Amino acid sequence: MWPLIKLIPHDTHFPFVSLARLFATLSIIAVLATVAGFFYPGLNLGIDFKGGTVLELNTGAKPVELGKVRGALTALNLGDIQVQTFGKPNDAVVRFQTPAGQLPGVIVTRVKAAISQTLGAVTFPRTDVVGPEVSGELKIKGVGALLAAVGLMLLYIWFRFELQFGLGAVVALFHDLTLSFGLILLLRLEFSLNLIAALLTIIGYSMNDTVVVFDRLRENRRKYKRMPLRDLIDLSVNETLSRTVITGVTALLALSGLAVFGGESLRPLSIVLLFGIVIGTYSSIYVASPIILLWGAKKEDEPALPIAPQPARP
Amino acid sequence: MLALTRWKIGLVLASLLFGLIFTLPNLVPPNFLPAWAPQQRLSLGLDLQGGSYLLMEVDTAALKKERLTNLTEDIRTKLHGDQAAEQIAFTGLGVVGDTIGVRITDPTQLDAAYKRLNDSLGERLLTGGRDVTVQIKPDQHIEVAFVPQAAHAAAVDAVTRSIEIIRKRIDAMGAKEPLITQQGAARIVIEAPGESDPEKLKAVIGKTAKLTFQMVDTAVTPEEIAAGGIPPDDEVLPSDDGYTQSYVLKRRSVVTGEMLTSASGSHDENNLPAVAFSFNGQGTSRFAAVSSQNIGKNFAIVLDKRVISAPVIRSAITGGSGEITGHFTEESAHDLALLLKSGALPAPLNVVEQHTVGAELGADAVKAGELSIIIGAALIFTFILLAYGLFGGFAAVALVVNGLMIVGAMSLFHATLTLPGVAGLVLTLAVAVDANVLIYERMRDEARSGRPAMSAADAGFRRALTTIIDANATTVVAAVIMFNLGAGPVKGFALTLLIGVFTSVFTAVLITQVLIGWWFRAFRAKTLPIS
Repeated sequence: MWPLIKLIPHDTHFPFVSLARLFATLSIIAVLATVAGFFYPGLNLGIDFKGGTVLELNTGAKPVELGKVRGALTALNLGDIQVQTFGKPNDAVVRFQTPAGQLPGVIVTRVKAAISQTLGAVTFPRTDVVGPEVSGELKIKGVGALLAAVGLMLLYIWFRFELQFGLGAVVALFHDLTLSFGLILLLRLEFSLNLIAALLTIIGYSMNDTVVVFDRLRENRRKYKRMPLRDLIDLSVNETLSRTVITGVTALLALSGLAVFGGESLRPLSIVLLFGIVIGTYSSIYVASPIILLWGAKKEDEPALPIAPQPARP
Repeated sequence: MLALTRWKIGLVLASLLFGLIFTLPNLVPPNFLPAWAPQQRLSLGLDLQGGSYLLMEVDTAALKKERLTNLTEDIRTKLHGDQAAEQIAFTGLGVVGDTIGVRITDPTQLDAAYKRLNDSLGERLLTGGRDVTVQIKPDQHIEVAFVPQAAHAAAVDAVTRSIEIIRKRIDAMGAKEPLITQQGAARIVIEAPGESDPEKLKAVIGKTAKLTFQMVDTAVTPEEIAAGGIPPDDEVLPSDDGYTQSYVLKRRSVVTGEMLTSASGSHDENNLPAVAFSFNGQGTSRFAAVSSQNIGKNFAIVLDKRVISAPVIRSAITGGSGEITGHFTEESAHDLALLLKSGALPAPLNVVEQHTVGAELGADAVKAGELSIIIGAALIFTFILLAYGLFGGFAAVALVVNGLMIVGAMSLFHATLTLPGVAGLVLTLAVAVDANVLIYERMRDEARSGRPAMSAADAGFRRALTTIIDANATTVVAAVIMFNLGAGPVKGFALTLLIGVFTSVFTAVLITQVLIGWWFRAFRAKTLPIS
């Protein structure tokens, strides 16, 4: 059976809406859990937002003597220092916060000198230092970027859709954003600028997916003026299902290559993006559309106001 | 829409040509192509090629303090006058907060003092007036302060001058084409590609390197120093010369680093590393005058408020050249010569952000990025071929042209590819396929509702277009915001995403359209292969 598309039944009639209640409950629980997660354990902020230094060191052929490194650094009075190996025994990573009132650029020079003196031949393949002012600014910029993205999407939705559609898209957007944070919290991923980029991409993708479903919904509403909203939604989701599946699978395939082979530093980004694709697809079906239903259903007794401008009768 | 118009085919060929020509330099060895062909290659971010990113900030607090100190010394000099007859007696000269206060001892001289200071202190501003205000206060006090806009002007000036000096220093170090740019009011970004030691770079860039020659005040007794009672014209500076902890020096510098015309690493008579220097005309005459009057006394060579050495003047030094000796290694002597040649920074520069990636790590990242792009693309190709058969193949062709156009556009515009940018590239491939998926699904719907193949295909393109544009508009919004977020690697991600959105809508819509149009014409197909 080739092409494969013939395997996907083109005339599906999955009763998506009837499961909406169940998934709504699951979504609400997940969102609440995420909100709780913000308070405890809280986001694992990386140095982009917290400031401090991350230093990778490599000792060539011999393994890193962690105790010696710790000893050498304790003498510098830097407060809490983490030293651990990663990957191979000759690779280690050192993390510390810049003590108050000290210059971060000077401290890292001193730390490197101390480590070199203790361990002898050592290279530093990666050094990342973020001073307190810069991390403060990045925090503001990062939050600002997320807010701006959400704000502009709202504006876009406002122009593009009527109110109840807009509401559905907005709730789906917040849902996706929140649950992506939930994944970051759950996996204890280090929250960095890269993850902000991932979240912004998810905001874009979530909207993209919702827009495709809504476009079809709007079209069908014009086509079948007398169909109840519930059935309209089921119809539209089913009609767009093969697109949703094929695009989703394509994106997942492309990103899984990145997650597996893209290296350590891109892994958190690709994992969050992978999750975002799944959750963005899910939310267009189970969050955005049912919200419209919820809004519409409330007013179904009133003659003029389900989705269509024309009076719709069940 | 499936009509094969001449402009459509022309556009497709042009985009293909564009992609090929500008991608080609990335695929062949450098200098392989003839001189008339485009040579720009994709520039890799520091996270991919290895190198150091340094964000330095002018220490504005130190700059302010330095300026107040200099102004205080100016006031002292002005009130002393050039001749004894001009001298105005004063007490209590010192910095109080942001202002400088002084009390004129003789009330009859108050107006003369005011006039002298008001006429000569500070520098002229472009907007008219001077950058300092002088005011008479009760009890014979005079208060001097910088005007508010002077602080800003000084910071801007400090950054501009610092950039010039840093450039000289980095060039002298022989680093590989560093990029030095100003960021905001008081910050400087230095991007130095390649395998250079970032700590050495920081040491050379960040050192103020303010050199002064000052006379040692031997008249002050150790008891006076212990009691803190040194004369107001003197200062105590720490010493690195190995003989003593500190020296009491006359504040007034005999010569300064600005009067040097050259400096180089050399060796002294004991063949120890030293720094040889020569003065300009002003420096030569001043040093000649002072050294001839002070034979037998010590003068101190001071770098950044620390004494390097304090040699005895054995004879008048009139030749305008000399040698700094101290506890130098070959390297530190060479570095000091370099710093002195480039001049002193107006204020210290502090590192507020640093990212260094070793070249090997960068090369690993490039390999991983290449591998994940190849694997991602292979998976996408396989999947769309399986999913849509022949039309999937058309989409794959569009995807290849898309890839060429993205790389070509990035090479042409000197856009930088960063590691997150690679992720953006992978994501773009997926997004590009989505446009084709939308079109093909629409075709199937149209075919199912009874339209003949050709008309269904045509309607598919026409009716999917609004959805495609809608769906991509959201990505554009997200990418533009990301781009403005500022930080380098994320910017790279946003940029690839942004370029990718435009090229993918273009290729997915236009190229598949031409291919499908050609297919209908060639095979006179009656059914769609995807319905």
